[in-house]
Amino acid sequence: MRRAPSFRDRLARRLPQLVLSPSLVVVFIGVYLFIAWTGWVSVSSSRMLPRYDFVGLEQYGRLWATPRWQTAVTNLFIFTALFLAVTIALGLLIAILLDQRIRAEGFLRTIYLYPMALSFIVTGTAWKWVMNPTLGVQKVMNDLGWDSFVFDWITRPEFAIYCIVIAAVWQSTGFAMAIFLAGLRGIDNSIIKAAQIEGAGLPRIYWSIIVPMLRPALLSVVVLLSYISIKSFDLVLALTNAGPGSATEMPSTFMFSATFRRNQMGVGAASAIMMLMAVAAIFVPYLYSELREDRHGR
Amino acid sequence: MAAERSSASARRARLVGRAFIYGTLVLLALLYLMPLWVMVVTSLKSLDEVYAGSFIGLPRALTLEAWEKAWATACIGTECGGLRPYFVNSILMTVPAVVISTAIGAMNGYILTKWRFRGANLIFGLMLFACFLPFQAVILPMAQVLGRLGLAGTIAGLVFVHSVYGITFTTLFFRNYFVTIPDELTKAAQIDGAGFFRIFFAIMLPAALPIVVVSSIWQFTQIWNDFLFGVSFTSGASSPVTVALNNIVNVTMGRKQYNVDMAAAMIAAVPTLVVYVVAGRYFVRGLTAGAVKG
Amino acid sequence: MATLEIDRVRKTFGSLDVLKEVSIAIGDGDFLVLLGPSGCGKSTLLNMIAGLESITGGEIRIAGEVINDLPPKDRDIAMVFQSYALYPTMTVRQNIEFGMKIRRVPAAERARATAAAAEMLQMGHLLDRRPSQLSGGQRQRVAMGRAIVRQPRLFLFDEPLSNLDAKLRVDMRTEIKRLHQRLGTTIVYVTHDQIEAMTLATRIAVMRDGVVEQFGPPQEVYDRPANTYVGRFVGSPAMNIVPTRLEAGAAGAEAVVTLPGGEARIGAIPLSAGTLERCRGRDVLMGIRPEHFAPGRGITVDVDVVEPTGPDTLAIFTLGGVEVTARLEPFAASAGRKLDLAIKTDKVVLFDPGTETRLD
Repeated sequence: MRRAPSFRDRLARRLPQLVLSPSLVVVFIGVYLFIAWTGWVSVSSSRMLPRYDFVGLEQYGRLWATPRWQTAVTNLFIFTALFLAVTIALGLLIAILLDQRIRAEGFLRTIYLYPMALSFIVTGTAWKWVMNPTLGVQKVMNDLGWDSFVFDWITRPEFAIYCIVIAAVWQSTGFAMAIFLAGLRGIDNSIIKAAQIEGAGLPRIYWSIIVPMLRPALLSVVVLLSYISIKSFDLVLALTNAGPGSATEMPSTFMFSATFRRNQMGVGAASAIMMLMAVAAIFVPYLYSELREDRHGR
Repeated sequence: MAAERSSASARRARLVGRAFIYGTLVLLALLYLMPLWVMVVTSLKSLDEVYAGSFIGLPRALTLEAWEKAWATACIGTECGGLRPYFVNSILMTVPAVVISTAIGAMNGYILTKWRFRGANLIFGLMLFACFLPFQAVILPMAQVLGRLGLAGTIAGLVFVHSVYGITFTTLFFRNYFVTIPDELTKAAQIDGAGFFRIFFAIMLPAALPIVVVSSIWQFTQIWNDFLFGVSFTSGASSPVTVALNNIVNVTMGRKQYNVDMAAAMIAAVPTLVVYVVAGRYFVRGLTAGAVKG
Repeated sequence: MATLEIDRVRKTFGSLDVLKEVSIAIGDGDFLVLLGPSGCGKSTLLNMIAGLESITGGEIRIAGEVINDLPPKDRDIAMVFQSYALYPTMTVRQNIEFGMKIRRVPAAERARATAAAAEMLQMGHLLDRRPSQLSGGQRQRVAMGRAIVRQPRLFLFDEPLSNLDAKLRVDMRTEIKRLHQRLGTTIVYVTHDQIEAMTLATRIAVMRDGVVEQFGPPQEVYDRPANTYVGRFVGSPAMNIVPTRLEAGAAGAEAVVTLPGGEARIGAIPLSAGTLERCRGRDVLMGIRPEHFAPGRGITVDVDVVEPTGPDTLAIFTLGGVEVTARLEPFAASAGRKLDLAIKTDKVVLFDPGTETRLD
């Protein structure tokens, strides 16, 4: 009296894996196999076309000896530090102000966040115009009577990188604000009441109680903004085209021009791997801790 | 008396506080609106007016000349057909890629949460990391593979690329949503005799409609705004609108047509801006989904 | 309707033994309650009966047929879940008819079955609402309605009352009992609430750590617990377990218990002659239910705390070095006073102090 499982039943049991596999295989090829492939190119002598020989770390040596790459790495550090500091400060400020039971909060939030919906190319185009030294903001200030006002950073190699920071901050503040606001909304109101009963003023409550409680949100913002800054490519291209000269070269633009414009595929691949390692250094510990917390929580 | 005075001063302090809050918020809002404002007003001016030094003010004579030019006659490379064909390219690229990646992501999220098997967590972890892949690390091999597949330089190639890398995000969205739906629902449906697909289409998908919207909007914004894949895998007539926009703006010959540049930027921005204004709530949810757990 | 046999069933998750050779058999129309704390394996066992978890070893038979490899839909069962598991996007009617639609039951018959179930559970007015518009008790009814229309051989309930508030829980308990009396279908019911188990079951299986500690009719489980664990788990307040010494006296088996002021003998405990002989002079554990104390001659105790509950009063004192609870009439005891208590010795059970199993 034992009914054997039919073929259909056995198929049904494997069905989920069968349905999942094709897309999974394609994604993992597209991600992990391709990373390995890029890694392989980076240790080959590829120039215009991929060549699958092995030259050790020669391309990495060449990469780090290239002044443009050195500029790119320096720029990345300057950019990331400023971009994170300003975006986080502004985003946190706006989030806290918006959390004070503000009229038209939804409307204001929409305004701070809309740049996030734009392409970096659009952002770059718009800010290039705003920062135009002859016709842009500088002219407005001069017309208003501030004759000595000069804002020509975009044409000056030592300042152009800050133009990129300004545009990037403009685009990303809303994102930081949204995450901080979500964090603030998750904080129990009775904590603020309890502190008020103790006689603490609002600024103090925020600085010593609420802001420290936003640490998880802060961590997320730091990680995701760092990611944006490492891969930022379109903004630089649209705003300064890595110039003047190569003053605003970034790893992403370097990788692109080495690979597709200057026939240095091996060097390009090496730079791509360097970028990947930078992202992995930030994300692997972050994701690991997030997933582990998840498991503890459950 | 003393109490009255102190309550009056408290009221004054409160008022000053509110004024500070609103003042700061409004000032910042104006600052954030400024580039959009400048883009719009510049695009509605004649080139002469632009060069005459009108930057932030309203146009003296309203003209759609720049929009018409950007849309239909501006030169991109050697072609002088405006942004229109590239705008169409972007639609042809974005719509299928959004549908494909969302559909597959929904199915994957359903399987990874409701039909858990050994290794499902590892797969999810690998997916999650893939969300934050710097695409520079894969464009070289992808260019090779697209060439082999005969998809190099085609819209179909871009649809393929965006679907593949979009699946990581859509899977994450749906996985995080389906995790919150009790497993007992699947069990009840199994006992009712529903199979794998019926549970998905009759129970899970209808329950996940909000997240379908979130995922679609996120994918739409990401794919429409993409530049790196577009510039790496296409050239000339098959480029998406972002690449074409960049080409218009970087024309170096002749007198720079800032009004046309701004009109072109607006044309490229309008679809995502409209989506944002109409469905901002879902957009924000997608934005924070990667950062805030669950 | 059917018999259910669980025959040396095992379940392992990796290296973890969740169920270790569980064997339970019930007859047609029985109401089996799987009772135990969370993590004892009772829900896993229920899911295995339902076909939602695979069976590592052993056999499960419904009406004599081995169903180990059958998918849930072919087992002819219905299940009610703790969270009710109502399909959120469907109306109540669609929820109830979903399974029938899959089985291609004609529309007319579906409507009739739904109407009958709705009438039985008094939820006709809810049929066009969505689950989110229902209260907890109403959801519970819908979940039961969905199970009833299947007319299964076996009903499975997974902690169905745990999400309800106390009053509703009692009402729905009665409802489930009525349902069983009316339909007579075999039921397997999982709970951690011993009162639910006592009130509903015709058979209780008390489980701990993947093992059935005792399987039998509720009164037997209550009166003659197989071990101290069952004695403590079933009944509220729990059975008192008091260390004593066993002696043979004039009245047969006698337990000698230590009191703050010396020792006292409690005689005429039912025990077989053989066991008495074997355990004479040795330490044993004595199990006394709180209601088996009564004012009268026997032992004298110092009452520590008194907890009136309304119908009776709980008196707490020390006996044999452990804290003991007695259930007495209101005002029968007051804190800080001495109290004379008699013990219903025929109700007392003894346990081996090493294995903690009952001595017969």
